[in-house]
Parts: sequence; C-alpha cells; structure tokens
Amino acid sequence: MKTILYIIQKEFKQIFRNKGMLPIIFVLPLLQLVILSNAATFEVKNIKFGYIDNDHTSTSRALVEKFNASTYFNVLTDFPSETLASSAMLKGEVDVLLQIPHYFERDLQKEKHNNLGVIINAIDGAAAGVENVYVTQIVQRFNQNIKVELLQVSDQQVQPAVIETIPLFWYNKTLNYKTFMVPGILVLLVTMITLFLSGMNIVREKEIGTLEQINVTPIKKSQFIIGKLFPFWVIGMGLLTVGLILAKVIFNVPMLGSLPLMYLYTSIYILVILGIGLFISNFTDTQQQAMFIAWFFTVIFILMSGLFTPIESMPKWAQTLTEFNPIRYFVEVMRMVMLKGSGFNDILPQLLKTALYAFVMNGLAVWSYKKTT
Amino acid sequence: MNNNNVIEAQDLTKMFGDFTAVNAISFEVKKGEIFGFLGANGAGKTTAMKMLIGISKPTAGKAKVAGFDVYKQAEDIKKNIGYMSQKFALYDDLTVKENITFFGGIYGLSRKRIKEKSKLLIKELGLEEVENQLVGSLPLGWKQKLSFSVSLLHDPKIVFLDEPTGGVDPITRRQFWEMIYKAASEGTTVFVTTHYMDEAEYCDRVSIMVNGKIEALDTPKNLKQQFNVANMNDVFLKLARG
Repeated sequence: MKTILYIIQKEFKQIFRNKGMLPIIFVLPLLQLVILSNAATFEVKNIKFGYIDNDHTSTSRALVEKFNASTYFNVLTDFPSETLASSAMLKGEVDVLLQIPHYFERDLQKEKHNNLGVIINAIDGAAAGVENVYVTQIVQRFNQNIKVELLQVSDQQVQPAVIETIPLFWYNKTLNYKTFMVPGILVLLVTMITLFLSGMNIVREKEIGTLEQINVTPIKKSQFIIGKLFPFWVIGMGLLTVGLILAKVIFNVPMLGSLPLMYLYTSIYILVILGIGLFISNFTDTQQQAMFIAWFFTVIFILMSGLFTPIESMPKWAQTLTEFNPIRYFVEVMRMVMLKGSGFNDILPQLLKTALYAFVMNGLAVWSYKKTT
Repeated sequence: MNNNNVIEAQDLTKMFGDFTAVNAISFEVKKGEIFGFLGANGAGKTTAMKMLIGISKPTAGKAKVAGFDVYKQAEDIKKNIGYMSQKFALYDDLTVKENITFFGGIYGLSRKRIKEKSKLLIKELGLEEVENQLVGSLPLGWKQKLSFSVSLLHDPKIVFLDEPTGGVDPITRRQFWEMIYKAASEGTTVFVTTHYMDEAEYCDRVSIMVNGKIEALDTPKNLKQQFNVANMNDVFLKLARG
C-alpha cells in the first residue's frame, strides 16, 4: 500500500510539472465541449434556396415569401431558366430548387390541386431528407391557407376534414440538439483524455528507460499498475465534474437523474478505458505507436457509439459489434441519467456490462505487463 | 552453492530466434568482489546481465544470484540487487530528493530511513545546493554518481553496473571508481561492465566476452601474464580480434 502511494505521488508530480501536458488535459477538453456542442448539430439550417418562377402571380410570390420567412431557408435567387438553375446546383450555390409551373395560380384555383417541382442536392442524404420535409411542410401549410380562402369564396360551409398529428417530444421537449449532444461529447472528453494519457504513460517510461529500472525493483505488478493508473482515474473524474458544471452553466442541460449514480457509473467506466490504455501500452514500444493504436480504437468506438448515428439504424452485425464498445454504454447511461432521470435499476444492465468489461480489460492488462521478458 | 559465491552461472544461454546472444557462459562471482565484465559492443554483456538481474528469462542453463534461482525466484533476486543501466534511468522531471524518495519508497524503506539516507547521500555527493533541482538539469557525471548511489539505497548484496562511466570525464570516472571501491569495502559485490581498459585494471577479476562466449576469466595480472602483454588493453585487443 505504501509503495502505491509513492508511485501515485510521483505520477502527480510529473503530470503537474509537464507544462506541455497540462493544457492538453484541462483546457483542450473544455474548448472541445464548448465548440463541438455548438457545432456538431444535425439541425439543417441556412439552406441555400433557389426557385424558378414560371407563373409570376401573387400566389407564386406568396409561396416564395413563405420560404423567405422561414428561418431554415436563405432565399437566394429567382432563376430565369432551368439551365441556369441546374448549373448553380452543380456549382453548389444552391441546395434546394423550387419549380413553380406555368399557370400555377390558375390551375390551383380551378382544379384545387397542383404539382410543384422540387430538386434537392442529395449528396448529404440525411440533410436532403430533412430539407424535403421542410419544403413539404411549408408548401402544405401554404396550400391549406389557400384552401380556406377558396372555400370562403365559394361560400361552402363544410370544413374539410383535416387530420393533424401533434407530436409530443418526451425528455427533450424542445428538441434542443445541445441537450442531446452535450452529454455525448462529455463522454468523448472523459474517454479520449484518459485513454491517451494512460496509453502513452507507461510506454513513455519504456522509451526513456525508466521502466527497466522499475522492473529490477521488487515492486509488484499490481502495485505499479494501480499506482500508475490511479492518477488518471482521478483526472477522468475531475474532467467529468468540470464537464457537468459547464453543461449546466453554459448549455443549461438538465440533470434529471442522480449525480452520485452518474459518478458511480463513470468511476467504473474509466477503469475500462484505463485498462485498454494500459493494454495498448504493453504491446507498443513507442508513444507514437501507442498514439496511433489509441486513435484507431477511439475513432471506431466513437462512430459506433450511437453518439452521432443511432445504433438502431446500423446493420445487424454492426449492432452486435457495438456490444463491445464501452463508449456506447457510457453514452446511453449519460443520456438516460441526465435527460430521462433513469435510476439505478434502469442502468443496471449497462453498469454490469461495463463492470465486466473493466474486469476483463484490467485482467488482460495486468497479465500482459511483464516484468521479465 | 559455495557460500562465498554470490553469483553462479552455468551454461547460461540466451537466444533471440536463431541468434545466440549469450552462448553457454559459466562463471562465479565471490562475495565482496569487483567483477569486471568486458567485451566488445554486441558481445552479449548487457543480455547476460539482464538475465542475472531477473528481467530476461534465459533460454538454457542455470544461474543463481544472491542464492536465488533466475528462473523461479527473479523477484527475490530483485530485492537483493541494485542495478544501474547503460541509459540514465532516474526521472529527469523529478528533483534529486524526489528521485531518492521515490526509489527508496518502492524498495520499501521507511520514511525515516529514506530521510536519513537521502541526507547522507546528498552530502556525500556534494549535491546540497542542487537537491531541489530537477535531475534533468544536472551534468551527466553528477547524474551517473546519483544513479549509482540510488542503486545502493536499499543496501543490496550485489550491484550491477552497466557501463556506468560511459561518456563522463576522467575526474568523474576516478571519483566514480572511488565510490565503487567504497561500496566493495563495505561488503557489496560489484558486477561492472566497461569499455575502459584502465578501469578493467581496477577490478579484482575480469571476464572477457567475445561473440557471446567468455573467452578469458582471471585477475588482470594473470591475464596479462597469460597473454604476455603489458596492459589490459592489449589483452582485450588480442582476444577481441581473435
């Protein structure tokens, strides 16, 4: 026990003495949280909108005005011809093109329905889908207005039966993207920093030759590893704390569940990450190698975590793979506890899987750390 | 094991794939002896030493260090030996005092003992003025002396020195050897590798390794007689050139 304290003391001294490392540990993550939470959004805004008005009537102008009024669309240009419009789309100057046909107003009044042509740049399929929904909504609303007017004109008393759906969004009522992203990005911070620090730490001692000196002392493997990893565990918990405070102060993300539960889960989760870091450290000879391998895993873990894309829409085999992704569980737990107020029993499956993962990873790490080669 | 022997190696061999780095070497080192372990670069000295200090498993052969088997009791060996590697291996980003405290701590010395030891050691090395400076800022010679003293912190039975005076000036080398003599006179066995043949003359006995084998082992005086030359340098050249 005393031996471990000596190592912990040494590690903390080295961490806080490393002037190049401190900003990486404490400042970068916070910048990341602030920048990413604002930038990494799936909301589609500022859509470059163009139209070809072949009708030039008050109705067609009113329709364009609806788009202009929407905060999602930036109305760009009235293209005189289709050729010009398509070349603008080719150049990326416009995302959505609305074609208003000849006799749009006349046909609408006469035949009570009409077709509008919409062309959407679908290189980003997800954004195109969202844009399609926006356009449809605006046009439909516009259309209904007209219907009402028409009805009054013809003095009909029967109201058209319109079935309207009123969506109710639970847990994130305003569909605020930050509320959704901040907990996830917090997960990234805690994970990346602890993985990189722990992954590079032991291999660094290998590089500078001090590990050999440690290996000729009678120190026990477990003592050395606990002493080495404990400081990073503390740093991980510290990052979580700072991150949660920022989430509350800057983004006003609700914390519906219990904080101690959040900490309990995170304390086990960090063990998994430290185990992985140490495991990487054991199989590499330079910090550079360790860095690359850590990156490889972080990228896969992040993209398959459900943080940016829902796991439900992944192919079956990929969904199975995510079972082995610790970040997935952390993202789930973070969102469940913070946004849904889930309790201990709700997150128990994730908690157990994470604990098992921690046990296996650290077991492997200790096993693969060899004092004698 | 002979009671007087603190190191006994018999046909100790280490192979890396097809390459035989250490080829069935056998020797003994007596208690309190200064044993010079010579050889050209790549002759297998460091590999042999790593097997003796328990951080590299031999491929074949037997060896006992401080009475413990290198295969099964490597951790017991580690309690009884000190080691100073070729590469400076104290922490550059810790101060002189902190390095002493850390290594004292992991060898299990009590806080009180660490305090006493570090005071004494800093005084002996004349490092009072730099005791709170980072080790990385010290000149190489000072670092090497500090490193040697740290390897003796826990009063080991044997201390292994791998080219301890590489790259230091003649005055510091001299002081270093005075420290080695002092340790030996206090009963510590010293196992030292070096490339300086004048240093080989200071050893009680010397072995010379060529291509993984020990080609000669005796006192410097006998070796010179045997090869009929005036100094160890010529002994070495005769052997190493084949």
